[in-house]
Amino acid sequence: MKRQELIVSALDHGTVIDHIPCDRLFQVINLLHLDEMTSKVTIGYNLRSQKMGTKSIIKIADRFFTDEELNQLSVVAPNVTLTIIRDYEVVEKRSVSLPDELRGIVRCDNPKCITNNEPMSTLFHATDKERGVIQCHYCNHEQQIKQVKLV
Amino acid sequence: MNRSLVTIADHSREKIEYLIRMAEEFERHPNRLLLQGRVVATLFFEPSTRTRLSFETAANRLGARVIGFADPKVTSGTKGETLKDTIMMVSNYADVIVMRHYLEGAARYASEIAPVPIINAGDGANQHPSQTMLDLYTIYQTQGTLENLNIYLVGDLKYGRTVHSLLMAMRHFNPTFHFIAPEELAMPEYYKDYCRQHDIRYVEHQDFDKDVIAGADILYMTRVQRERFTDLMEYERVKDRYLLKLDMLSKARRNMRILHPLPRVNEIEYAIDDDPHAYYFQQARNGLFARQAIICDTLGITLEQVKADTSILP
Repeated sequence: MKRQELIVSALDHGTVIDHIPCDRLFQVINLLHLDEMTSKVTIGYNLRSQKMGTKSIIKIADRFFTDEELNQLSVVAPNVTLTIIRDYEVVEKRSVSLPDELRGIVRCDNPKCITNNEPMSTLFHATDKERGVIQCHYCNHEQQIKQVKLV
Repeated sequence: MNRSLVTIADHSREKIEYLIRMAEEFERHPNRLLLQGRVVATLFFEPSTRTRLSFETAANRLGARVIGFADPKVTSGTKGETLKDTIMMVSNYADVIVMRHYLEGAARYASEIAPVPIINAGDGANQHPSQTMLDLYTIYQTQGTLENLNIYLVGDLKYGRTVHSLLMAMRHFNPTFHFIAPEELAMPEYYKDYCRQHDIRYVEHQDFDKDVIAGADILYMTRVQRERFTDLMEYERVKDRYLLKLDMLSKARRNMRILHPLPRVNEIEYAIDDDPHAYYFQQARNGLFARQAIICDTLGITLEQVKADTSILP
């Protein structure tokens, strides 16, 4: 059988985000503001994955993200794999974890919350990282991270 | 430093005890000129006559001037002005803003943007810390302590924000809570979790009779409202089970006091008003002293300054 794989030139410097669920790819692009990037970005969509069936992958050249930026991904794609590459060497492989604070990412599910009625940024605190519970800084409503809607 | 009062959960045990001592000073001498020259704004984006009158009386009896509105219909909010713009505008005029809002989190947000302190006088179903302060003051006043008390919460424990705030504020004082409510209005899991996390003991009851009441130091009554029920048959079935009648007090402890955030409809029989256990009208009066303490504290006036104050009026 012919091997099926995506041929992409190796990254000499940059970040690889692998194992993105296909239905979350565009949310990941938005969260990291990849549409505003000037360096080379390679996006693979609907690729075969043994682990997940289909997956997406993003390779971003010459850009390293802060932990804070990357941990935001935990909201939409908690199981992604991150690879940091410098001079063709993998210097770090890691996963993302729910950050202590989520600012301006998640919408509060309480219609009577001030954040849904005033032009302002939302803010959530992770109150139980194991169970994935976040709490609105303003109205105190709790939500499951799996069920959140993005701003 | 932001001196706003948004939620009672922000206050430490020491801070609560400090505010109680300050309220005691005001109960001794409520009429003073301590706030002469100050302007207190009361912004009621949702009408609440009782709370507004209490705050405005507290400010007036300390010599402050009061500006504000009692009804949002008269404000630019109806023209589409944001809360931020209203708060920023009033901050130019007043030294402290007391606000009631129908949206949850409104006071927290206001406290983050306003250059003057904010006092939360209720934000939707969320928080109402001045009510909690007056409840704590009343409990302290009637029992001589906040420590090791048996507090019985009766009625609507699901939507009753006063009982939730009281529960959280009491965590510093080793209480035992008893929850007495119909199934549909039972204490939410969230607050039972809170109790477990903070080692607060609690017991749940569905019956409400003289034997249950016999163990109480504080009997905190709330209203079971018809509109809270999805099943009206259920409402008809339980509505009279959580009414307090005079003969149910026969085994009550001498020190037991009945509290109620008011307004009451029929959940406390009127005959109880003259019973020595009844304390809800004094409790409402304590709102004045608790709010005097809250206003002064947010303005940066210390307990020492209140004690040294020579502007006391007859």
